[in-house]
Amino acid sequence: MPTWLRIVLGFLIGAVLGAAVFVGVRAVGGLPPLADDLRPLYAMAVFSGLVGLMLGIDRQLGLPRGLVGMATGFVVGILATVGIRSLMGLTPWDTESVWVVASFVAPIGFLLGVGALSDWLRWIVGIHTPDQHGPPPGKPGWFRYFGFDQNHKVIGIQYTVTGILLMGIAGTLAMIFRTELLAPGMQFLKPDTFNTFISMHGIVMIASILLGVGGMANYLVPLMLGANDMAFPRLNGFAFWITVPSAILIIMAIFFGGWDTGWTGYAPLSVRTFMGVNFFMIGMFFFGFSSILGSANLIVTTLKMRAPGMTLFRMPIFVWAVLATSFIQLTATQFIGLSFLMVVLERNLGMGFFNTALGGDPLLFQHLFWFYSHPAVYIFILPGLGIVSELLPVFSRKPLFGYRWIALSSMAIALLGFMVWAHHMFTAGIPNALRLPFMYTTMLVAVPTGVKFFSWLGTVWRGKLFFPTPMLFVLASIAVFLIGGLTGPPLATVPTDLHLHDSYFVVGHFHATMFGGFVFPFFAALYYWFPKITGRMYNERLGQIHFALQTTGFYIMSLTMARTGLLGMRRRIADYDPAMNIQNLHIIMTLAGFAIFIGVLIGVYNLVVSARRGEVAVMNPWGSRSPEWQIPSPVPEHNYEEPFEVVGNPYDYGLPGTAYVRMNGHEKTTAPAALPAH
Amino acid sequence: MATETLAHEHHAPAISPARRFAMNRMGLWLFILSDAFFFAGIFVSRFYLWGATRPHLDQVLGMTVTIVLLVSSYFMYRAEMAIRHDDRGDYLRSILITILLGVAFMGGVVGFEWRTSPVNLRTEGEFAVYGAILFFMTGMHAFHVLTGVILLAILAYRGYKGHFSSRNYWAVQAGAIYWHFVDVVWVFFYPALYLMGTAVGPTH
Repeated sequence: MPTWLRIVLGFLIGAVLGAAVFVGVRAVGGLPPLADDLRPLYAMAVFSGLVGLMLGIDRQLGLPRGLVGMATGFVVGILATVGIRSLMGLTPWDTESVWVVASFVAPIGFLLGVGALSDWLRWIVGIHTPDQHGPPPGKPGWFRYFGFDQNHKVIGIQYTVTGILLMGIAGTLAMIFRTELLAPGMQFLKPDTFNTFISMHGIVMIASILLGVGGMANYLVPLMLGANDMAFPRLNGFAFWITVPSAILIIMAIFFGGWDTGWTGYAPLSVRTFMGVNFFMIGMFFFGFSSILGSANLIVTTLKMRAPGMTLFRMPIFVWAVLATSFIQLTATQFIGLSFLMVVLERNLGMGFFNTALGGDPLLFQHLFWFYSHPAVYIFILPGLGIVSELLPVFSRKPLFGYRWIALSSMAIALLGFMVWAHHMFTAGIPNALRLPFMYTTMLVAVPTGVKFFSWLGTVWRGKLFFPTPMLFVLASIAVFLIGGLTGPPLATVPTDLHLHDSYFVVGHFHATMFGGFVFPFFAALYYWFPKITGRMYNERLGQIHFALQTTGFYIMSLTMARTGLLGMRRRIADYDPAMNIQNLHIIMTLAGFAIFIGVLIGVYNLVVSARRGEVAVMNPWGSRSPEWQIPSPVPEHNYEEPFEVVGNPYDYGLPGTAYVRMNGHEKTTAPAALPAH
Repeated sequence: MATETLAHEHHAPAISPARRFAMNRMGLWLFILSDAFFFAGIFVSRFYLWGATRPHLDQVLGMTVTIVLLVSSYFMYRAEMAIRHDDRGDYLRSILITILLGVAFMGGVVGFEWRTSPVNLRTEGEFAVYGAILFFMTGMHAFHVLTGVILLAILAYRGYKGHFSSRNYWAVQAGAIYWHFVDVVWVFFYPALYLMGTAVGPTH
């Protein structure tokens, strides 16, 4: 059978089967087979059609097999709940409890289907399975990227691409509700839809950032350490693949009424709102497994698999940042899982943790939630700031200023991050005795962050700077993160926070920290390591356009947000009073938002097209001292032919005769940068 | 040279068993550190919501399940030591006793405490949260005991098949560390539920 026929047949069979399952499940639940609103049915048919299409391309593909597993998990979960409920003498079908149980089963189905558990299941009965080397035999090169793979570079790319996809979804949602805000009154969104969109924009962006962090860490850390792979390759694959069903669960919330709490999911609203909130919370619960297991893997890799001679203070600074991030992820993530689990239990079993009438306390949710979610922002920014410190010496041709201070400042930020959570609750009615200490600990964060800024300035000072796209993004990161930093103290100070809390000022503040701390460094990293990953150069001109649009767009957007907040615009609100005279500011924000969106689209287009058609890159275009640039691009399957030895400091750029690594008997002294011709 | 390069591309240099062992241990302890934060969160929630009070619970039952779980840790230790001395008979005996004690603990908590405690998920009014926290703490702990029992059952099966010896006992040790961890969690939970603070609310 020709491939095209299999693809078409796959789509048709998938669509029909999906529709049949949908109708069948409704019938089992005792509902009329067809609802009044047919959109969920169509969505299901298209979705399962796409699964069938992918299976038509290749039946061994992991992704569609996982999706079939997930659908099976849903069906099994639904049938089991209906069965148990009827055994208990309850009405067999209760939409919420049926879907909640099914949502806990479905990710397991996905993992079984995609093959993330296969080796472990064999180990249980004592069958030894060898480590996987290279792509599966007889399959094309792209095949391994769509299924369970153990190679850290494949997993890194899987993380990164999934992260960019989610960033696209969340960014599109932002563009929709920003368009809605162009004028006072409601234009084309219903208030509930607006609320769902802002909530989903927040949480999907967070998921995308976590994936981006995971992508950079997975790809770079073993390479930088001189390891052949991560410490636990199967766990690594597992940690990636569990994010896929989690993301699907979060997006599925749209079909169940969405939710209107914002990404924070505060009780008691989250206990009372639409049932979509369950999907968001269970999705994040499973997403947490990825954070926890992935960071345990990174910590063991960093502490146990460094090249000979690489003491802790000779590690690349990015590895320090990932180490600090991993310790936060490993521990704090439990608290968001816990708080969301408690909300799901309160909704479905009436356990009154957050209900004062039942003896509970809604503030407990905020404490548990922020004990994760404040450190979480350092999870987002520390790797990005690490990228800035990593690239700045390369493009300044000067040693990194204050290496040890930078390394330890990441650790200090991670530690301080655990002591500041209640600054999100200054207006929530916490005792005054708590406000003051949390105000001071929050202010203290400025010290290690200031150390980083000081080091960046010291590094570029009198350097021989050159400005290819990654360097542009690094400089933009610093400039943008500075807005985030300067808008921080007014929010940390109790008297001003009482005024600014929950206003657009806060929105401007954290978008600046997220863009400066993650988005800009992430793109800097993508452009910088693009020739290493693909063996080809990106298009410099398009990179510059991307930079110009994103940077100017972002500056305008975040400063306007802060201004609008000072004028009284509340966050998460679908409408505003025309008498406030802020419509012009909203128009500016929306246009600036579109500039960023288009800039990112151009960037992604650049990367996708250049990966296939870009000019072939030289081995070390930036003249980097780092070991990964001393080997061919793309990196061979197991990274280093021979283990290298660390003989010097990583960032002694401009100091003649020094080398960081000795590889194959040669000390790799700093090479000059070979810049692509423009 | 060309063939050598090819060989390297397909076979990563192996990690020595001793290093693999050290990495596995570190990974496990990191997982346990992480899980400890989960239980710490539940523990803190109990003090946030109950303060210096507790529900009226069956003291004899609480003491009994605690002793059962502590004794199970002894047998787990015995099983690990047995396999490290290649004593398969004692290993199997000890691990089966551990499993039985674990099941007895779950039976005591879920089977008896959940049925007989004066507060539960149907409690109304201000004391409802006593039922909620009691069931949440014991439920999450019992879930970990259940996963531990499943793990031990796998270890027993593989030990019976002769997969473990004094030179290959990492899986047993991992199971033992996990089991002791779940036990230690209960050492914190038991006083928090049964001993600390003034007993308030409905009685038996």
